[in-house]
Amino acid sequence: MITLIARRFALALVTIFIISFIVFFGVEALPGDAATAYLGQFATPESLNALREKFGLNAPPLVRYVNWLGDLVKGDLGDSLSRKESVAELIGNRFRNTVVLSIAAALFAVPIAILLGVIAGLTRDKWPDIIISLVAIIGMTLPGFVNATVLVYFFAIKLNWFPAVTLIASDAPVSKLLPNIVLPIITLTFIMVAHILRLVRTNMIDVMMSEYVQMARLKGVSAIRIVFSHALPSAMLPTINIVALTIGWLVGGVAIVEAVFNYPGIGTLMLRAISDKDFPLIQAIAIILSSIFIGINLVADLLTLMLNPRLRTARGH
Amino acid sequence: MPVATTSTEQPELFKRRSPIAETWENLRRSWSGMLGITLIVIHLIIALTSPFLIPQDPLEMNSKISNQAPSYEHLLGTDKLGRDVFSRSMVGGRVTIVVTILATMIAVSWGGLAGILFGFLGGRADEVFMRIVDAFLSIPWLLILLLIVSIMGTEMWVQILTFGFTYGVSTIRIARAATLDHVTSDFILAARARGEHKKTIVLKELLPIVLDVILVDGAMNWSWMLLGFTSLSFLGFGVAPPTPDWGSMIAKSRETLAIQPWTVFGPVIMLSTLIIGINLFADAFAKALGLDRSQGAPV
Repeated sequence: MITLIARRFALALVTIFIISFIVFFGVEALPGDAATAYLGQFATPESLNALREKFGLNAPPLVRYVNWLGDLVKGDLGDSLSRKESVAELIGNRFRNTVVLSIAAALFAVPIAILLGVIAGLTRDKWPDIIISLVAIIGMTLPGFVNATVLVYFFAIKLNWFPAVTLIASDAPVSKLLPNIVLPIITLTFIMVAHILRLVRTNMIDVMMSEYVQMARLKGVSAIRIVFSHALPSAMLPTINIVALTIGWLVGGVAIVEAVFNYPGIGTLMLRAISDKDFPLIQAIAIILSSIFIGINLVADLLTLMLNPRLRTARGH
Repeated sequence: MPVATTSTEQPELFKRRSPIAETWENLRRSWSGMLGITLIVIHLIIALTSPFLIPQDPLEMNSKISNQAPSYEHLLGTDKLGRDVFSRSMVGGRVTIVVTILATMIAVSWGGLAGILFGFLGGRADEVFMRIVDAFLSIPWLLILLLIVSIMGTEMWVQILTFGFTYGVSTIRIARAATLDHVTSDFILAARARGEHKKTIVLKELLPIVLDVILVDGAMNWSWMLLGFTSLSFLGFGVAPPTPDWGSMIAKSRETLAIQPWTVFGPVIMLSTLIIGINLFADAFAKALGLDRSQGAPV
């Protein structure tokens, strides 16, 4: 069992390593380099060269890759080019803001999705299921920015309950964030619920038809006990996987929702970094977000393994 | 039914239908599938014919009539530069649809073949390749798309190729998984024993079996590509103005959402109906082919 965990962990590290390679050389391929981005279009060749010497940009790419990797491991994320401050500082506050947003959305989304999914599964093809499933399909298939814009229209403009755009700085304390955060949370929750609830519904339907539940019915167990003690736990197991996948989606999708609301999070920072061609910032954000995604998947994998002993037999990789 | 039948009549039971006809029959029975196909076909027709049929010039600006409510002349009103929203919404899908359809074909082709190939070959090459594929799929999709578009630019042909490449990676996994189901089968063993070239085995034996899974994935891929392309367009990394495009239309019209919501809802409705149509079709198609699909989150 420990070997299995250790193996998964090692695999995750290898994947992160490969990603760092892809990210570094992907950003390398962007037109221009750090020097042109720093000094702008009208820099003279001499100043460009001087800057390249100073930043060590003339070294061959592999050497720079190894240096970057070494710095990363030490915790040094480098300095941002356009804002001329350390990347870590820039990311810090925005990361906190995005985490607040994401965790709040996830905390709402998972219980709501489970509740609605169970209801939909139990009332299959009747009105509650039809309405719930329809809304879920809409939330799941349409682009995030479409969902966000429609929600903005109804909640911010027609009902005027919440502000449509965030107007605060990134280092504002969390208390100031609150009124601005509600609509982004609602949007993210809506999209995540749509994804998760479909699978909960399917699992619920499958479990209710299983022999395990049929046996409980034959024994005369009350309907409520069947749902809560028998059906629900079995239906929950595969849900861990989809929750992890959805949180993984969140890592990318939150950027779009942040862009719609101009929320000062890491998503909007990433967008700005890319249009500014701020290479160290792009690389740092990319590796952080990817690592988070891999970390979440690793946790979900291990959780599933722990909760389902049948999967523990090694598959001879 | 007469007991004695002539030898030239085939009893109902043994009439053979081609798998294509059978799939189509199954598809016809699903109302959601037919609705999906209808929506897709309508959009394709609009994309092809709209420049000739729209009432107004989508590019003509007239600041005197900006932000007007819907009227007989301007069915969805005008935007902030006085352009007809209805006409722009009708033609706004052309670039999007062309790019995504062509890119989907590329994605399905290369992803499908690569998946089958590596599933068939197995061994070290397969392991290494799949590690790289997994790593690629672990990078947040938006980041990958943005990076690639920043590097390669927003020329239409370039976008077709880059989207095709990027979205093909997720097809690799699906094709490989489907291939692995069959690679140990007896008929593959027999083919190998006959001494068939690997290429022949891949193309003539494995591909037909795995094709239905790949096609369903292709339909979903088109849907996700629409998400990705319009999202990039929304963020400003897509089609250059003044060409009307659903994503950038939605982005630019958000400021007038309060006074003229149709500038936003025109393209939103167009885009939504297409995506929903594709999803309905993909679901019904999978059922018609007899495939059991579990929905994953988009890549």
